Amino acid sequence: MPINYYLFLSLALFTIGMVGVLTRRNAIIIFMCIELMLNAVNLLLVAFSKMHHLKNLALNASVGTDGQLFVFFIMVVAAAEVSVGLAIIVMMYRNIHSVDIQFLNRLKH
Amino acid sequence: MIALLLFLVPLIGGLLTFLPNKSGMARSLALGSALLSLAGVIAGLTLFKQPLYWEFDAEWLQTLGSRFSLKGDAMGMLMSLLTSIGVLLAVLGSWNNDVQGSNRFYGLLLWMQAGMMVVFLASDALLFYFGWELALIPAYFLCSIWGGEKRIAVTFKFFIYTFVGSVLMLIGLIYLQSLTPNHSFQMQAFRNLEIPESKQVWLFWLFFLAFAIKVPVFPFHTWQPDTYEQSPTTVTMLLSGVMVKMGLVAMIRWMLPILGIGVFIWSDVVICLSVIGILYASLIAIRQDDLKRLIAYSSIAHMGLTVAALFSLSGFSNNSNVVLQYHQVGFQGILLQLFSHGINILGMWLLADRIERRFGTRKLSELGGLARTAPTFTIFFLLIAFANIALPLTNAFPGEFLQFNALFHAQSPYRFVFLVLAGLGVILSAIYTLNMVRRIFFGETNQATENGLRLSTAECLALSLVVGLILVFGVYPQAVLDFTNDFSREYVKAIDITRFLAK
Amino acid sequence: MFSFPNIAYFIPLLPLLGFLVNGLGRKHLSKGAIAWIGSGVLALAFAASLVVFLNLPSGGPTLLNAFDFIRIGELRIPFAFQLDALSSLFLLIITGIGFLIHVYSSAYMHEESAEHYGRYFAYLNLFIFSMLLLVMGANYVIMFIGWEGVGLCSYLLIGYWFRKPAYTQAANKAFVMNRVGDLAFLIAIFWLIARTGSVNFVDLPAALSSLSSSDITWITMLLFVGATGKSAQIPLYTWLPDAMAGPTPVSALIHAATMVTAGIYMIARSNLLYTAAPLTLNVIAVIGIATALLAASIAIRQNDIKKVLAYSTVSQLGFMFLAIGAGAYGAAVFHVMTHAFFKALLFLGSGSVIHAMSGEQDIRRMGGLKKVLPITYFTFLIGCIAIAGIPPFSGFFSKDAILLSAFLKSPILYGVALFTALLTAFYMFRMFFLTFGGTFRGTDEQKHHLHESPLAMTLPLMVLAVLSVIGGWVGIPELFLHGGERLIEFLSPVIPVVEGHAISHSTEYLLMGLSTGLVLSVIFFAWTRYRQYRSEESSAPFARLLENKWYVDELYQTAIVQPLHRFGGWLRSFFEPKIVDGLIQGVGRSIRYISQQIRLLQSGQTGNYALWMVISIVVILSIQFFVRK
Repeated sequence: MPINYYLFLSLALFTIGMVGVLTRRNAIIIFMCIELMLNAVNLLLVAFSKMHHLKNLALNASVGTDGQLFVFFIMVVAAAEVSVGLAIIVMMYRNIHSVDIQFLNRLKH
Repeated sequence: MIALLLFLVPLIGGLLTFLPNKSGMARSLALGSALLSLAGVIAGLTLFKQPLYWEFDAEWLQTLGSRFSLKGDAMGMLMSLLTSIGVLLAVLGSWNNDVQGSNRFYGLLLWMQAGMMVVFLASDALLFYFGWELALIPAYFLCSIWGGEKRIAVTFKFFIYTFVGSVLMLIGLIYLQSLTPNHSFQMQAFRNLEIPESKQVWLFWLFFLAFAIKVPVFPFHTWQPDTYEQSPTTVTMLLSGVMVKMGLVAMIRWMLPILGIGVFIWSDVVICLSVIGILYASLIAIRQDDLKRLIAYSSIAHMGLTVAALFSLSGFSNNSNVVLQYHQVGFQGILLQLFSHGINILGMWLLADRIERRFGTRKLSELGGLARTAPTFTIFFLLIAFANIALPLTNAFPGEFLQFNALFHAQSPYRFVFLVLAGLGVILSAIYTLNMVRRIFFGETNQATENGLRLSTAECLALSLVVGLILVFGVYPQAVLDFTNDFSREYVKAIDITRFLAK
Repeated sequence: MFSFPNIAYFIPLLPLLGFLVNGLGRKHLSKGAIAWIGSGVLALAFAASLVVFLNLPSGGPTLLNAFDFIRIGELRIPFAFQLDALSSLFLLIITGIGFLIHVYSSAYMHEESAEHYGRYFAYLNLFIFSMLLLVMGANYVIMFIGWEGVGLCSYLLIGYWFRKPAYTQAANKAFVMNRVGDLAFLIAIFWLIARTGSVNFVDLPAALSSLSSSDITWITMLLFVGATGKSAQIPLYTWLPDAMAGPTPVSALIHAATMVTAGIYMIARSNLLYTAAPLTLNVIAVIGIATALLAASIAIRQNDIKKVLAYSTVSQLGFMFLAIGAGAYGAAVFHVMTHAFFKALLFLGSGSVIHAMSGEQDIRRMGGLKKVLPITYFTFLIGCIAIAGIPPFSGFFSKDAILLSAFLKSPILYGVALFTALLTAFYMFRMFFLTFGGTFRGTDEQKHHLHESPLAMTLPLMVLAVLSVIGGWVGIPELFLHGGERLIEFLSPVIPVVEGHAISHSTEYLLMGLSTGLVLSVIFFAWTRYRQYRSEESSAPFARLLENKWYVDELYQTAIVQPLHRFGGWLRSFFEPKIVDGLIQGVGRSIRYISQQIRLLQSGQTGNYALWMVISIVVILSIQFFVRK
């Protein structure tokens, strides 16, 4: 199966995530979009690590695993981010009874 | 060795001056340092004038291709003499002023001197740039801390203005360095470059703007009257007596020999600007009521003539000795005038400062009748004023004479127009200078000037030094001309662009 | 050391010494000492000049080389002195008359305090020094040094009473107008350097061949413009009448006898060049006669005794230029000499009158001074006769020589010159009769003070009177005395004599008789008219025109001074701050404005930043993708 399918899927996911981040105002949704972007990258990493080293697979079984390892890293980071981020969102909700990010822009002043 | 000393003495002297808190102490330290550097220069001009004493070379920023190399040619020696005289006069002139925080004041003053020394002696472009900025920054602080009412706005303008110029120059220098075969900032490497005409045309402006702002050439002069007016006069002395000469020395050393073709292409434009500047500044000076601004405009006019003469040297001789001879005559005049104008304007500022401090005003309309109540002061003022209008037997005359002569020999179809228009400046200078003299010294006294003005010993000493130099070099300019003779002969060969045209 | 030619060094050095001693010691010396020093150095300088004059070798000039003033490669301008017939003659005039005027001044200025007395004598000595440099200089540059030096001293002495604003204004005017001429002089020097590489007088004959005729015309024209400044010719003459603000002896010395003749001297020095430039000579002749006529016409209606003499000086200088224009350099120099005698005499005489009148200068308030000032009266009369040109007084011979040269050049010139000479006789005797004839018209207080001047003042008058009588005898024409024209012959090494009078003796007699007869009748006319004073108030437009000096000052004021002044003011208060500085400030302001606008990008919205980030990444990537390769 050519890698193009993976690429386009990943690109689509990433774009959806990006557009979501840029356009939505709800913090939770933005958060989910960021997750989507991260996962798009994960997908790409896995796909490349599998496909790119296809030829060498016969010589060395462990080839391409570094890409997949990165995926684990990203998942860990994402999990940590979710825990901190959600905590912030909860605090935000407690204070202002809203999760609208526009609401807090007066911080700049 | 002497060259290095001339840099180190004011640098270390400045550092030491920062330390004590008592004002008298700082003053004495500054005087000591000024005397020491003057002694150094005089020793260098008399006992140790072989090149080996005036050269210094050490590793500096090797990766950039820059070395700490100082080399005193005749022009450098002359200008370092002027610098040390200028600093000495500045210290003497401010001897009785109560300067707040005098340790910082004199410390910065000496650092400025160190920077100027580097500018005059550097034979490495990056070092030259370093000195250029080293002289500028203390000047900025001196003006903005001890200046007049509008000092902040004015010094900001001054700094930004000159700094823009410096940056353009830095770009030019770096570009030139990239052209040299071994990426060196050495002057000799720059001079050996053969830069195509298409590049010289625009490279010229990078350098010219920087130097023209410093000199200043019309229309880049507007920082100057404001700055001279607002700065403490001690600083103004150094600014106009010495620092302004940096621009000219830089043109002489870093433009004409390197960008000969660019200079030749633009020389008409530059001479034209300078001549306009002469008339423009003189006309404004005629209608000026503020003494300091008047002197500032007169300085613009004088420097305009020097720039015009300098750019009229540009051209090709076809290896004809006659043309080279004309160029040498003109160039000698420029060197002479660099020195003489420095001395005269230093004296002028000393006098202006004294008037301002004594009467609390710089307005000509509020002065008058001083000739009766302050005869000694009047004599000094008259002598220096006559030097300012280049009366024969004062030092400015031979310089201006030779400069006009250079203008007459410019390789430009408009040279005669230039000469006559620049010559009108001579008439105008008589008008504004004599007007100034008349309004300050003649007529009846008023309440302010009734009690006259006494000169302290230090001031008398400083003024006598100025007047002595004016008369000595006015009667016997050959002393300077002999000194710079070999240098100027080599120099006019170096700036001759015949060698480029041959190819 | 004290023998020829080295003694010549003392001639300028002595007055310089006097200047230094009097200038520096003016607070410590007594007035007597100052006067003795000031006059003493002049007496010694005169003696030295006499030695030079008597020992002058016939033939070529003697050169004294002090040191090199400027030497660059081939260009060599030595600080050198040239002694020859012309310069030694001028040396005698300057030091001789200078000495007399110093002696005169010692009494005239006695009311000044010692300090100012010293200042006065110092200036006077400095003037003599500069004037000596001017005539002794062996090249144009040294001459120029003296040239500007005398201008400086003239400035200082005109403004000697510096408390009066009008006087210092006059001093400024004199200096600035002289500077206009000086500029032309300078340019001529550059031209000469450019073409011949030398400025020495001795090189002139050789240099002549390397000059094209247009070069010569230009150089001579420019030199002449220089001369019009110093010698008060059209268009630069208006400073001289104003220069009468100075003390009267100064007017006698500087503005009559010596400095103003510098232009004549310079042209006589360069006579080789001028002879080769016929066009310039024509211009000089026209300017000279025009100035002579104009000034004489003004002098008719002036009432200030010194102003009359000032305009008379301008007019006489015009005569000298006329002679030069006609190619008679010798006649011009001759007239310089006789004019120095009688005009110095007249000025000093007027000084004596003013002294007696306690400072009054208006001749309408004088009259009848004949009895109280006998010596002044008598010497003044001699001066007037001399200037009017009645034989055998000095003025006759020199003026006759000039008229003759004008006649040879063109009868029209001769006619105008003769007319001017008649005007001269008229206004001089008008002044003379108004001053000395009739009855006294001043205040009682002035009448009470009237007295003859002391000996120190009358003695110079007498000496000058004698000179005014006999001074012309050195130039008695061939006509009367075989072996006459000694002066022309004496000057011949410097000013080559043009051979051949194209004029018969009978014509010459006729011309002389004509001028003498007319002058005598004009004097008679003046006597009938002004024997008794009557008011001259007249509203005739022409009289008013003359009274107001043809409004030339006003013309200069409105056509040159005012516009320049206004232009300068406009530059200062509008152009400089608004346009030039405005442009610079504009750059600063526009940078500030742009950054104000760009600042808005910093909105504080994270989404905005992210959007910018994305856009930039997309742009960079697409550039990467499309543009490169």
